[in-house]
Amino acid sequence: MNKPIIELENISFSYPDSNIKILDKLNFKVFKNDKIGIIAPNGSGKTTLFYTIMGLCKPFSGNIKILGKLVKTEKDFSFVRSKIGLMFQDADDQLFSPTVLDDVAFGPLNLGYSNIDACDIAKKILYDLGLEEFENSITHRLSGGQKRLVAFASVLAMKPSILLLDEPTAGLDTNAKEKIEKILMNLDISYIVISHEFNFINKITNKTVSMENGKIFKDDEVHIHQHEHIHKLGKLPHKHV
Amino acid sequence: MFDEILAHKNSIIHELDPRTRIISSLILSFAAALSDKFLILGIYFLISLALIYMASIDFFYIIKRLKPVFLFLLMIWIILPLTFQDKMFLKIPFFSFSKFLTLSIPGLELCAKITLKSITIVLIFVSLVATMTFASIGNGLHKLFVSDKMVFLILMTYRYISVIEHEYKKLLRAAKFRGFKPRTNLHSYRTYAYIAGMLFVRASNRAKRVYQAMVCRGFNGKFYTLDTFDSSKLSLIFIFIIFAITFFLVLIEAWI
Ligand SMILES: Nc1ncnc2c1ncn2[C@@H]1O[C@H](COP(=O)(O)OP(=O)(O)OP(=O)(O)O)[C@@H](O)[C@H]1O
Ligand SMILES: [Mg+2]
Repeated sequence: MNKPIIELENISFSYPDSNIKILDKLNFKVFKNDKIGIIAPNGSGKTTLFYTIMGLCKPFSGNIKILGKLVKTEKDFSFVRSKIGLMFQDADDQLFSPTVLDDVAFGPLNLGYSNIDACDIAKKILYDLGLEEFENSITHRLSGGQKRLVAFASVLAMKPSILLLDEPTAGLDTNAKEKIEKILMNLDISYIVISHEFNFINKITNKTVSMENGKIFKDDEVHIHQHEHIHKLGKLPHKHV
Repeated sequence: MFDEILAHKNSIIHELDPRTRIISSLILSFAAALSDKFLILGIYFLISLALIYMASIDFFYIIKRLKPVFLFLLMIWIILPLTFQDKMFLKIPFFSFSKFLTLSIPGLELCAKITLKSITIVLIFVSLVATMTFASIGNGLHKLFVSDKMVFLILMTYRYISVIEHEYKKLLRAAKFRGFKPRTNLHSYRTYAYIAGMLFVRASNRAKRVYQAMVCRGFNGKFYTLDTFDSSKLSLIFIFIIFAITFFLVLIEAWI
């Protein structure tokens, strides 16, 4: 039987000094080849969910299993972090090296690649994203969209087997968005994408879920609804399948 | 400093191994600081100029960088010659002719020595250490058996200082764009207090998230750097020359 690669069981979490449960007995399973889109309102806990999977937020109850292994301690999570790549909502958080090349090579170096290999990996990914001209640019002087693309590159450079993308296309122009779409469609790894853009989510995912009251809702239970269309008798009550 | 402008150049100095540069700068600056003869100090000064030249650093840039040093020296020049009570050099009438300001010779000498020493040491560090990226400095210190924690602390301090600077500019900009003009009234003081408070909160939040992002990319307390330093022969020769010169100068100083 197909075993889930990420399995969250009854996860509850609230931030310190607050008794609002951001995640409330949340259950969530991700299988191999799942490409999941999360569409949910601001403040519903999407980012928190990603942080929990990466071990940055420690839930006060529930179990997390990654690739079939129960993860609890910081040491378990360092294994998780070598397998799952998280792209932060704010690209500024992610870029701290002086130059773009340094930053993209940071992950591979940590994973034990030699200088030359890390450099090659970084250069290739920058090339794939059309960023080769920025190699020696100073990271904090890039524009917001450029930063986001570099952050995406720095996550891809880890060669993760699962990707978590927190609003990867926010603030990007159509061109850059298409680049990310193309790369994601050519990847044969599982990923979860948070986005508020229906078109983007539709193109690159094969499942969508939503979050409300600290829980995850599947496709069929989702009641957030947004589309514009014209058809005959559109004013009368009708059903979309 | 934050942009590591000097680090991204090509010169002989830039090819040296970080360890070599750190050790050489320490040896030279200690020797210069402990030396007490004008002749020897002059030679150290020439060496530091040579190093600046070898690192192909613009002299105007250096003068600009030395501004705070000059200010410090100016203060010393004002205070020291007047406070020594030895061997009068010059008497300056002061307020009335019954009181005099006296300049003493040992005081002037000491000033000249301090000036020479401090400029020399700054030049040495600018040419050898400031020409490295912070990652390389960390790398060099690490190879010199400075503990991981210490290296991490230095690197992160550096990183977060620029983060705080960045946040401060952002906050100030946000205030200015909404028509804030500093005046001497309660509103201005309160705004500045808010900015200072927000700065701390934001800087610490940001620092936390940057650290989290690093951890997510496999960071485990060790820094690696892409800068490669393969001409180890050059480094060896360089450090040997520095050793030899310093040793020689120390001998001469003991002798004369
Ligand atoms: N560091 C924190 N301390 C306390 N509360 C927090 C913290 N971070 C987030 N929260 C709260 O947790 C809730 C969920 O936040 P989260 O960032 O997960 O939302 P999100 O779904 O990612 O929203 P968005 O779409 O705006 O990114 C919010 O109500 C927020 O106020
Ligand atoms: Mg979010």
